[in-house]
Amino acid sequence: MLADKDRIFTNLYGFQDVGLEGAKKRGQWDNTKAILELGPEGIVDIMKKSGLRGRGGAGFPTGLKWSFMPKEIKERPHYLVVNADESEPGTCKDRDIMRNDPHTLVEGCLVASFAMRAHACYIYVRGEFIREREALQRAVDEAYEARLIGKNNIHGWDFDLYVHHGAGAYICGEETALLESLEGKKGQPRLKPPFPANVGLYGCPTTVNNVESIAVAPTIIRRGAAWFAGIGRPNNTGTKVFCISGHVNKPCNVEEEMGIPLRELIDKHCGGVRGGWDNLLAVIPGGASVPLLPKNICDDVLMDFDSLKAVQTGLGTAAVIVMDKSTDVIKAIQRLAYFYKHESCGQCTPCREGTGWMWRVMTRMVKGDARVGEIDLLQEVSKEIEGHTICALGDAAAWPIQGLIRHFRPEIEKRIADFSRLAAE
Amino acid sequence: MSLRRLAPPEMQPASFAFSAENAEWAKATIAKYPPGRQASAVISLLWRGQEQEGWVSHPMVESVAKMLSMPFIRVLEVATFYTMFNLEPVGTWLVQVCTTTPCWLRGSDAVVAACKKHIHPHEKTVSEDGKFSWMEVECLGACVNAPMLQIGSDFYEDIDGPITEQMIADLRAGKAIKPGPMNGRRVSSEPEGGATTLTDPTLYDGSMIGKYQVQAPPPPPPPAEPKKPGA
Repeated sequence: MLADKDRIFTNLYGFQDVGLEGAKKRGQWDNTKAILELGPEGIVDIMKKSGLRGRGGAGFPTGLKWSFMPKEIKERPHYLVVNADESEPGTCKDRDIMRNDPHTLVEGCLVASFAMRAHACYIYVRGEFIREREALQRAVDEAYEARLIGKNNIHGWDFDLYVHHGAGAYICGEETALLESLEGKKGQPRLKPPFPANVGLYGCPTTVNNVESIAVAPTIIRRGAAWFAGIGRPNNTGTKVFCISGHVNKPCNVEEEMGIPLRELIDKHCGGVRGGWDNLLAVIPGGASVPLLPKNICDDVLMDFDSLKAVQTGLGTAAVIVMDKSTDVIKAIQRLAYFYKHESCGQCTPCREGTGWMWRVMTRMVKGDARVGEIDLLQEVSKEIEGHTICALGDAAAWPIQGLIRHFRPEIEKRIADFSRLAAE
Repeated sequence: MSLRRLAPPEMQPASFAFSAENAEWAKATIAKYPPGRQASAVISLLWRGQEQEGWVSHPMVESVAKMLSMPFIRVLEVATFYTMFNLEPVGTWLVQVCTTTPCWLRGSDAVVAACKKHIHPHEKTVSEDGKFSWMEVECLGACVNAPMLQIGSDFYEDIDGPITEQMIADLRAGKAIKPGPMNGRRVSSEPEGGATTLTDPTLYDGSMIGKYQVQAPPPPPPPAEPKKPGA
């Protein structure tokens, strides 16, 4: 288990003073000038060596992403945009960072912006997080007041930080949809290329990062790349905030080591699965978008990008949704199918039409009102949606259903058989 | 995607104007974005308008379009795309119940049932006393405190059927309710019964200040000496 001294979000639960004085006492804003004195290359180099992979779901190496920004400011200004549109079902970690430990994020924004030569940064907070937005704005105001950020601040890098918000659209968590939304449009993803590092916000070089990826940066730089890289496993380094929800005795958020065994995570911090480990049916390990895992895989799987990929799922946002044996797993996935149908932006036909179609079929399958052959048809159609859309929402809608068919096909077949038998009687 | 339209003409008010305070706020908000990029403020302005009036009306869309020098259709697109904009009047208390899988697993059906019983059998319909309406919403992002609902700006977490009934009764009686976990067993997102982490007192006694200093990168290797001519 990770030691407390190696945790980054030391006020994750808001037990301590959320304000600037409290944050400083916990070691934030501690000689930030020394970080900036490393220079942009120095910072990016540490981030690369730390092995930090993006915490928003895709797991792209953060340092590498930062290095894609142009090395000097030409006629177009650079922007950092922080993705705080946390909407992946199961995920509520950025919420805690914003409301309880916001100065980690504010300081991270300064450091990351400097590393990418940006003088302005926008934080895009999901619309529903109204109190979280207010808490974050208070931290930003405090930082301005103390001249930690702003024009002519004590760090010598002019920097403006703005809190922006959405109004209820899951799709705006996709980086280019987020940029569209930030520009005042419908949140419909853009075709890539051009990538945001070249043409992003207002047509300017932009990097979009998740809240957690930005908020961990100052601590990583202060404590050194080797410290962060020494936690977890190769290519899956560092600490991670896990959100464990569903059928555990004590659902919670907790910062743990990457690569922690799933069972240890649940037993140590969540008081175990409701009714004991043997009562476990399945786990969605990384937020609604990733395929679920049946118990036999959960027994010894490790919670990191590569381990979960090896069992045909993903770490995603590290939102662990636990289902015990009382769960109607078909209904659980059908509800997610409804979610994707509701949240499809409507731009690409396979997703717009496909998510609705899959939801309708899934709704029949919950009752068993289907033919066995439709399971294969559902699988086939999901494959036609996956990879055929501009953004990954199509994939995200397809994967949970594919996971269900992969691991619980007999369950679906039984449901159909039961329904047919009842109908015949 | 969901099909959303502005309310029918007979329901629309004759006009809309921001209050003096909100108009002042709008100016400051527009100034957050670079010159010529005022459209970026569209969500914020519509949201403030909704906070003022309770819902987004046709005159409000027109007014915001004018303020931001945007074509009407662009603002209309935004108002109908983002699901937090209410396009019809709602109750004084709009109860938004999360029913996505993590909340459903922990009993959001009972919360919905309580709303049906004490507010209205149908969602998005104002209760008889005009005080409430309720709706199912997609994941609100407080999954470890499921099930939960949002009323106004606040999240009410760790609820169940009876707690929801009590909340509705309290609000109806004019009693304020405190947001956050409602079952009295925790204060935030920590595990019930106390956090399993972050218990080391040295994290909070000030000893973290100055504890970790940035290591200067190793100096670059000296450039190879130029060969002396004739050597």
